[in-house]
Amino acid sequence: MTELLYGIAIAPFKDMVGSPAFFAEVLIGGVFAGLMYSLVALGFVLIFKASGVFNFAQGVMVLFAALTLVGLLERGVPVVGALLGTTAVMVALAWVIERVVLRPLVNQEHIILFMATIGLTFFLEGFGEMVWGANVKKLDIGIPDRSFIVTGVQINQLEMFAALTAAVLVAVLGVFFQRTRVGRALRAVADDHEAALSIGIPLKTIWLIVWSVAGIVAIVAGIMWGAKSGVQFSLSLVALKALPVLILGGFTSVPGAVVGGLIIGVGEKVGEVYWGPLVGGAIENWFAYVLALAFLLVRPQGLFGEKIIERV
Amino acid sequence: MSLKTLWIGALAAALIAGPMAAAVHAQPKEMFVPLLVYRTGPFAPSGIPIANGFVDYFTLVNERDGGVNGVKLTWEECETQYKTDLGVECYEKLKGKGPTGAALVNPYSTGITYQLIPKAAVDKVPVFSMGYGMTASADGRWFPWVFNFPTTYWSQASAVIRYMAQQEGGTEKLRGKKIVHIFHNSPYGKEANPTLEELSRRLGFELTLLAVDSPGQEQKATWLQVRRINPNWIFLSGWGVMNQVAVKEAAGIGFPMDHFIGNWWSASDADVIPAGEGAKGYKGATFHAPGTGFKVHADLFKFVYDKGKGAGKKEGVGEVLYNRGVVNAMLSVEAIRTAMTKHGNKPLTGAEVRWGFENLNLTEPRLEQLGMKGFTHPVKVTCEDHEGAGPVMFEQWDGKKWNIVSDWIPVMRDVVRPKLEAAAVEEGKKLSYTERDCAKEK
Repeated sequence: MTELLYGIAIAPFKDMVGSPAFFAEVLIGGVFAGLMYSLVALGFVLIFKASGVFNFAQGVMVLFAALTLVGLLERGVPVVGALLGTTAVMVALAWVIERVVLRPLVNQEHIILFMATIGLTFFLEGFGEMVWGANVKKLDIGIPDRSFIVTGVQINQLEMFAALTAAVLVAVLGVFFQRTRVGRALRAVADDHEAALSIGIPLKTIWLIVWSVAGIVAIVAGIMWGAKSGVQFSLSLVALKALPVLILGGFTSVPGAVVGGLIIGVGEKVGEVYWGPLVGGAIENWFAYVLALAFLLVRPQGLFGEKIIERV
Repeated sequence: MSLKTLWIGALAAALIAGPMAAAVHAQPKEMFVPLLVYRTGPFAPSGIPIANGFVDYFTLVNERDGGVNGVKLTWEECETQYKTDLGVECYEKLKGKGPTGAALVNPYSTGITYQLIPKAAVDKVPVFSMGYGMTASADGRWFPWVFNFPTTYWSQASAVIRYMAQQEGGTEKLRGKKIVHIFHNSPYGKEANPTLEELSRRLGFELTLLAVDSPGQEQKATWLQVRRINPNWIFLSGWGVMNQVAVKEAAGIGFPMDHFIGNWWSASDADVIPAGEGAKGYKGATFHAPGTGFKVHADLFKFVYDKGKGAGKKEGVGEVLYNRGVVNAMLSVEAIRTAMTKHGNKPLTGAEVRWGFENLNLTEPRLEQLGMKGFTHPVKVTCEDHEGAGPVMFEQWDGKKWNIVSDWIPVMRDVVRPKLEAAAVEEGKKLSYTERDCAKEK
């Protein structure tokens, strides 16, 4: 019993202090991983903010974007052309989703829209497989992925690049939501479809914009995750890594997605490395959810989520 | 009974029996094999080449030889997406098909195999989990309906350690060395652990076991620990995306790839693609050769692909997992052929094919006849031994293709078999099985 308590409460901290360079590497690894999760979480946040719908298809949109990009690259399209082509495909997809799925469901319960996104997930998965095939594809758009060492700490170039990209994306989206007319309109639509319509906010245009932006975020997430694991169908499962981030950061906050990602990323890495061996390892997946759920007990709306009070 | 009554009775009997006899006579000379495939979903990159190899070999046997001793092979694919529940559903749907029911079943998943083991004995359908599934089922005294030759995960782990020792310059040189086993956190991934732990005790190497949760898309914490341990060798038991990320991570931290060995489900063409140049030098265990340099491949091109009957693209022929599908189908066909030596050249039931599996003796001359000399190794199955304890060889990725870089490395049967027999008793009792007396079956 004493040994167990020592293993839980003392040994990990001694280890952190005893090997500060390694501890720093764990923290940096966690930060980079967390920002990768944030990239996926951002897509969820965007759509939730604008429609109050949890978009179950966000993971598969990441996959679809990456598949389209690789598909174009494999057909000899230059990188810039392929990126523009993929953006066009994702915008077209947003248009089709708005016309075929969302428009007929205006003012329906959120759960109905949520179910519609589940249907969308399976459609996109099957359609993507039919068009682009099921093989693992290498995604190479020139991002370096070797590691270098700074004062004993190893840093991966790809992860660093992904972290910087995520930071830039968050800054841009933050400005978009807070400082632009469209951003304010998006927030109004999220609060109440009917009220937004009544003051002249074009719901269809707003939805098209937000799904297009979520599609573009999916391209960025697809590039980063695809470069890491190859483009393949399990890419849609990255959505699972975004869920604890959303629980923690709140479903409506762009900065929340980032801070949540950082807490989850660092928490799961530190947990796995220092406490994982006590229980045979492989704790990081569920540890992230435990962390998020523990947080919910204290702050149910998440770190930056809006506290909704409805008077009855 | 008057003569008239007798005549009427005879006439009625003839009227009833006639069509029945005709029906028996008209029974097609076919045998049915259900194919539990996963061509869609996250594991499709592995499932597609295996299924293609399997189907192409069956097509070859039908096209080139007119079937197995005149009995055509028929099959139906059922999509499992590598999911256990769907696999069981597929088995239930297909087990009764064909004139004699399912001749055998290849579950293509350890999870599905575990679920089919109790069903197989009841339905009398032999389960052939080639190089996967429950290792303990290799003891045929406890598991008469399950076959996992040509070798098991435990035997593979012992051959991997023997290979590492060879590379180090002898078994003694392993003492004090650090070996990390990175494994899929599932019954499959954990299979090698007891053998590695036993060998660690015997040979004195330092073993660290690092589990990765499925699907394994994010492994940073694991590779941080690898960096810290700085092992001499890494052995990987992964699956799907876990393999591709592991190879990429190893390359990313600059780990010497020729000291990184994947098990035979972790070293396919798909596994090395995302890492690109970084995967060069990565090694894998295998029980068959990669590539198209064998007569069987020439036949596959001539009799299957040139006739437009290939299951996949021609370029896919010779990929590691495609060849595994070919070997799997060949071993299934040879078991059926062996069964025919006892039961005749006719469509056989699963129970009859089980005998063929249990008496399979695939010799070197027979492999040569099949155009597979050097492609895989001879196998002898017995009532007691459903594994065959075949040797393992090692392949290495050169950036473009896999090449064989070792001889056949024998497994450590003295280490594996006693533990396997003990496990068979334990697993058999869980299923309320009793031990067979093989002496009475000879």
